Parts: sequence; C-alpha cells; structure tokens
Amino acid sequence: MSPLLSVRDIEKRYGAHIGCTGVSFDLWPGEVLGIVGESGSGKSTLLSCLAGHLAPDRGEVIFDTRTDGPRDTITMSEPERRMLSRTDWAFVHQHARDGLRMGVSAGGNVGERLMAVGARHYGEIRESASDWLGRVEIDEGRIDDRPSTFSGGMQQRLQIARNLVTGPRLVFMDEPTGGLDVSVQARLLDLLRGLVRDMGLSVIIVTHDLAVVRLLADRLMVMKSGRVVETGLTDQVLDDPQHAYTQLLVSSVLQV
Amino acid sequence: MLRERGHFMTETAYNFAYLDEETKRMIRRAILKGLAIPGYQVPFASREMPMPYGWGTGGVQVSAAVMTPEDRFKVIDQGADDTTNAVSIRKFFERTAGVATTTRTEEASLIQTRHRIPEAALAEGQILVYQVPIPEPLRFLEPRESETRKMHALEEYGLMHVKLYEDISRHGHIATAYAYPVRVEGRYVMDPSPIPKFDNPKLSDCPAIQLFGAGREQRIYALPPYTRAASLDFEDYPFEASKAEHPCALCGADDTYLDEVITDDAGGRMFVCSDTDYCETRQKERAA
Repeated sequence: MSPLLSVRDIEKRYGAHIGCTGVSFDLWPGEVLGIVGESGSGKSTLLSCLAGHLAPDRGEVIFDTRTDGPRDTITMSEPERRMLSRTDWAFVHQHARDGLRMGVSAGGNVGERLMAVGARHYGEIRESASDWLGRVEIDEGRIDDRPSTFSGGMQQRLQIARNLVTGPRLVFMDEPTGGLDVSVQARLLDLLRGLVRDMGLSVIIVTHDLAVVRLLADRLMVMKSGRVVETGLTDQVLDDPQHAYTQLLVSSVLQV
Repeated sequence: MLRERGHFMTETAYNFAYLDEETKRMIRRAILKGLAIPGYQVPFASREMPMPYGWGTGGVQVSAAVMTPEDRFKVIDQGADDTTNAVSIRKFFERTAGVATTTRTEEASLIQTRHRIPEAALAEGQILVYQVPIPEPLRFLEPRESETRKMHALEEYGLMHVKLYEDISRHGHIATAYAYPVRVEGRYVMDPSPIPKFDNPKLSDCPAIQLFGAGREQRIYALPPYTRAASLDFEDYPFEASKAEHPCALCGADDTYLDEVITDDAGGRMFVCSDTDYCETRQKERAA
C-alpha cells in the first residue's frame, strides 16, 4: 500500500515571518490525521498549502491520483489542481458561509459539485442531493430552502454534504466544530465519525480542540511556532505527552 | 485618414460616426479578437458617449467602429423602430455619419438592436450589433470578476447549471426567459444580452455577423457567421423557445415573438408582434 498523501519539507513564509516550516508526513488511505496547536502556530497555513489555496515556498505535496498515480500537486497545472479540489478533494471551512453559496438553495449547493463534473440530469442531481441531505440529518423537506434560513449546525452539515457528494478520497477540515455549541458539536462529530468510517475517507483535520481529535483522529501532529513539535498516535500523544508544549496543551484542557 | 477627406465631414464637424479614428481602430481590434475567439469577452477602452450608460453606449461604439458611408442603418429597441431609444440612436448616426437609414430588416446592412433579433431572416453581409448591459453570464452567481475570468479560462461552467437547477426547483421549469446562456462552439458560455429565449435558436448558424458591445462594462464579444450557439439545459428539462400562446392581433402571425399590450383598465389586452417592421410588412401583404 502506498500513502494517499506524502508531504515533504513544506515551508511557507510571510516575509521574514515563518508561517510553517519543515513539515513532512505521510497520510495513509482511511486515516484521520489531527493537527493541533494554539492560534498562530501555523496549522491553518499548513492546511492551506496542502489544499492548494496557498503556494508554499518550498516542499512537495504528493497526492496519489486515481488516473496518473502519485503527482506533486504544487507543480501540477492550475486546471488539474482545481479539478482535484472539486472531485477527489473536499474542504470543510470553519465558517459554513465560506463554503456555501448562501443565495442558492440547499439542493443547489449539494448539486453544484455534481454539475461541475458534468451531471446534466435534473432528476438524478436532485435525487442525490436529497439523499445526501438525509445522510447529514437535514430534513429533505428543506431541500429548496436557502442556507441562510438554517441554523449554524445545519449549515455546517450542509457544507459537509456539499463536499462529500462527489465521493472524495481526501477531506481537509479547518476547525469544523468551531463556533458551535457543545451539543451540536457532539452531534456533528458523531456524524463525521460515521461518514469517515462508511466512506473510508482520509481526513486532515485542523483544530485547537483536543476533544475533537480525541474522538476523530487516529494520529496527531502538534504544532508550535510553525514547526511540528510532536507526532504520534492520538491516545499516545494525549495520554503521555513528551514535549513541554504538548504537556502544557493537554494540562490546559478545562475539566468539567 | 478619413478625417482629412472632407466629404465625410458633416455640418456638425464631428468625425465620421462621432468617434475619432484612433478609437475606432482600438474598437475594431477588439472586434477582430472577439471574432477570432467566439464568445470570449474582449476588454476594450470604452469611451464616454453622449448618452447615459444603459442606453446602448456599447452598441453605439461598435456600430460607429464598423460603419461605412455606404451602409444602410437600422435601429430596433425591443423589436420596434419607433421607440425613443431607436429613434435617437438612428438620428445620432444620421447627423454624425450621414448614413442612409431604414426600418426594413432586409434592406439594412448594419442593424443595432436592443433585446431582440429581427423576425426576418438575416443574410450574409449584414451585421447585427447588440446592446449589452451585463456581459458576464456568471455575474449573479459569482460576483468576483477575477474568479469568473478564471472559470471561463478553465471551462468551469458547472455553476451556470446551478442557476438553471434553481429555476426548476423553484418554478418547476426553467423560468429564465431572457438573457438565456448559450455555449458557443462547445467552448465559451456567453450571455446573448437580454433577448427573449425565443430568439436563442436564431443566434446559432446565423449567416450575419453578430457583435455584442457593453459600454459600461467595457467588453466586446462576437459570433462569426455560421457559429453554433447551444442553449444550456438539462437532459430531462430540454431548452424550449417559449412565446405567448396567441397569434398576432394585427398581422395574424403565429410564429413571432409577441408583446402584450394593455388596451384599457378593464382587463382588455392584445398580443402584437414585437418586431414592428415584420408586422407592418405582413399587414401590407395581407391588404394587397
């Protein structure tokens, strides 16, 4: 088996300031990788570099494409990269508003990716939109409502449906539970965990919430000041943190 | 230079067809580029014209750039030759270019139009100039011009179908009735200006040259003769060129695009051809 994504020595600088540097890892099919760290630690910069939203200054991001095998997504042409990002990749934004078209109905939002890859049969598009709304626990009667009439949790679930409808293999998530209250968070995490299992998704999830990675992630990467300071299995890192910063992070979690 | 040839100068001392020759050359370059890449929106340095934006400043500039002294010029506004917009643009070129004008589609070599394609079939050698308010078909779905340009460049047109999807989900059919998007020769998606979708089939394989000018938005695009322009649709909701289900009350035509005219305040109304020239010709033929 070969890794789905191989990241080699990624560096992104903002002038003299380091965004992230020296990041290398492999992501295997079906694996969920959590990236944790405080605000400004470079985790979102890293995710943007991996997803092709930012051009890194150095390094390789090699993705195992369906047709051509492993390809460096940084040097591939923009049309190819954009094609990847609407077929095999998905990106779940922290704010659903960034990932949804607020002026388009829920069904249109889910159907957009299908139409973008050439679906031209209204009935079939609507059927899969309806199916996906059901899978993310949104009442199918809301298919023609605009996301602006949805609650925050529903918007986030709609964003997930919209991303997963083309059956991607790699999902990038940027703080998917940020800004949601705890009960809604728990429901969303449950849903995500089910989808990841059922579809065999590989996921890179960025968060500052250790509870989220404890539930979802198989493996953990801890970042500080743009560098990876510790990696390992999630339970191992959280139960027996080695690096001083990870120890601080784990001990800072509020207990109820 | 035309400017130095006195007989082109009119009494008002404007250059032939109002615009200076350098500007016309710049516009002609944009037109040639547009003809070379059918459906592609070519940016051009639109000039201030002596009329407000939205009244056809783009169409007027294109007309001025392609006009020759031998041309016979026709202007229609929503199909009619006698509305304010049509009359004033026709007068404008009568005064600044001294060209002959006509209301007959068959006789005209250059036709400027707002929102219609004439009913009478166009022929080779004719030029049809459209006035375009918003040239970007993706504008209301994706407001960023940088992004829409990229989408055109990479042929990412899924979003256009999202609009049609929304139509069907809300109205049960494709309710877009004008400015209905077309795909030109399988490449660029183009907004045919706000013509009714009834006219869309006439865009395709037309023997005349079709030029589109958007003054405020500073874009020119074009369809060369005999270019394919396919209206977008879904497999299970195919494109339909719809019109009011009536014959024309004046000439009896049942295959033309109709205007609904309110005749009194008691619900009285009639349907008449929007193309006044076509309707009058038919009425004369019937009387004879």
